[in-house]
Amino acid sequence: MSATPLLQIARLTKSFGSNQVLKSVDLDVTAGEVVTVIGPSGGGKTTLLRCVNFLEAYDGGSIKIDGREVGYVDNAGGRKRGEVDLAAMRAETGMVFQSFNLFPHLTAEQNVMLGLQRVRKKPLKEAQEIARHWLDRVGLAHKTKSLPYELSGGQQQRVGIARAVAMDPKILLLDEITSALDPELVNEVLDVVRKLATDGMTMLIVTHEIAFARDASHRIIFMTDGSVSAHGKPDELMAQVASNERLRNFLSRFSAATH
Amino acid sequence: MGYQLSFNQIWRNFDKLTNGVILSLELAVIAILIGALIGLALAVIYVSSGRVVRAIISSYVEFIRNVPLLLLVYLAFYGLPTVVNLAYDASTSFIATLSLYAGAYLVEVFRSGLEAVPKGLLDAGKAMGLTPWQRLLYVRLPTMTRITLPALSNTFISLFKDTSIASVIAVPELTWGAQWINNRTFRIVEVYAVTTVMYLVTGYAILFGLRLLERRFRVER
Repeated sequence: MSATPLLQIARLTKSFGSNQVLKSVDLDVTAGEVVTVIGPSGGGKTTLLRCVNFLEAYDGGSIKIDGREVGYVDNAGGRKRGEVDLAAMRAETGMVFQSFNLFPHLTAEQNVMLGLQRVRKKPLKEAQEIARHWLDRVGLAHKTKSLPYELSGGQQQRVGIARAVAMDPKILLLDEITSALDPELVNEVLDVVRKLATDGMTMLIVTHEIAFARDASHRIIFMTDGSVSAHGKPDELMAQVASNERLRNFLSRFSAATH
Repeated sequence: MGYQLSFNQIWRNFDKLTNGVILSLELAVIAILIGALIGLALAVIYVSSGRVVRAIISSYVEFIRNVPLLLLVYLAFYGLPTVVNLAYDASTSFIATLSLYAGAYLVEVFRSGLEAVPKGLLDAGKAMGLTPWQRLLYVRLPTMTRITLPALSNTFISLFKDTSIASVIAVPELTWGAQWINNRTFRIVEVYAVTTVMYLVTGYAILFGLRLLERRFRVER
């Protein structure tokens, strides 16, 4: 591809104490692309995602969004950006969390409106319109006034998605967004993500839903022990199963679900 | 012949008690408001500061919590004016003391409340691009308020009872009113029985109201 990638991750490293969680990860995501990261637990997937919006500070390498280094003024490990600058950078990425993390004191609508009003500085009326539009898009037009505890897990997560996309982010980060859901609620959330993919939303997704990864993403990254073990388009990745033992072992656990 | 109960003298001077209970409530309300401001400000500073600032705040808290309130009241009313040549009336002195006293307890309440805000909510605030102040204002404080409301209620009830100590510097609150009547009528059993009931009823009424408030703002997850 000729276009400059929207997200450029190069030689990324990150340690928690003596435990090196990310060992030189390289990954580019082009605008409009849906890239999925799969792999065993503890492989660094979530940490990778949390570095992209600097919820975790990385130690080495580089993460650039639209050519700007994330979190640091120049280089990793150097001077960090000021809090206001950091906040402005984070507003360019949207994130959806495994445990939803909706604000418990705000209604569904208010959860979506908070960022629109306080970060995007939209007037109340406009923020409300945008919030309702997105809640409608995720199938929750009838729940705008509900508090999080009044919603099911699947509904809460759809509010979480609406809250993130309403900000019109350049890239959406989805961190195991169906892992905390009852099985029968997984699809209502994945359907919303599929729709976003069709609309051309750029997404970096960490998931354990292999079937979903295979048919919804343009590329799949397989991460183990903090580095990329295999990557490619879904069918390219599946073709590597024979030669990559770890990938084979990992996918065999899902074979019942995928065939 | 046993002691003959007679409440006539109590009812005749009942205004001393009703005025007293109103003043007690006023003292407690003012102290909890100022104390909450002190407590909240120091708690916010505490959680976002280094070791030195934390040590200073902790020593304030420990000082207040380990010195009897009665002694603090004496220190503030008799001691302070002697040292720094400052004259103020008993009520003002007591309000200042009780506010500082409440503040010390509320620092702990608010601090643990702030720390009990789930990290995921703060992450969500960060991820959407809220600045640290906005996260404090729109995420941390509202969530914390719901967590700390029961402890705030308990502190308020305690403060209401602690206002009785103001009687030692002649602030005309409820206990002082009781002493005033007793000194003139010697109806010691009657006056303190009535006063006890007044503390109990008022305390329960406050608690009932605050519990309703808590239920209204309960944290749901």
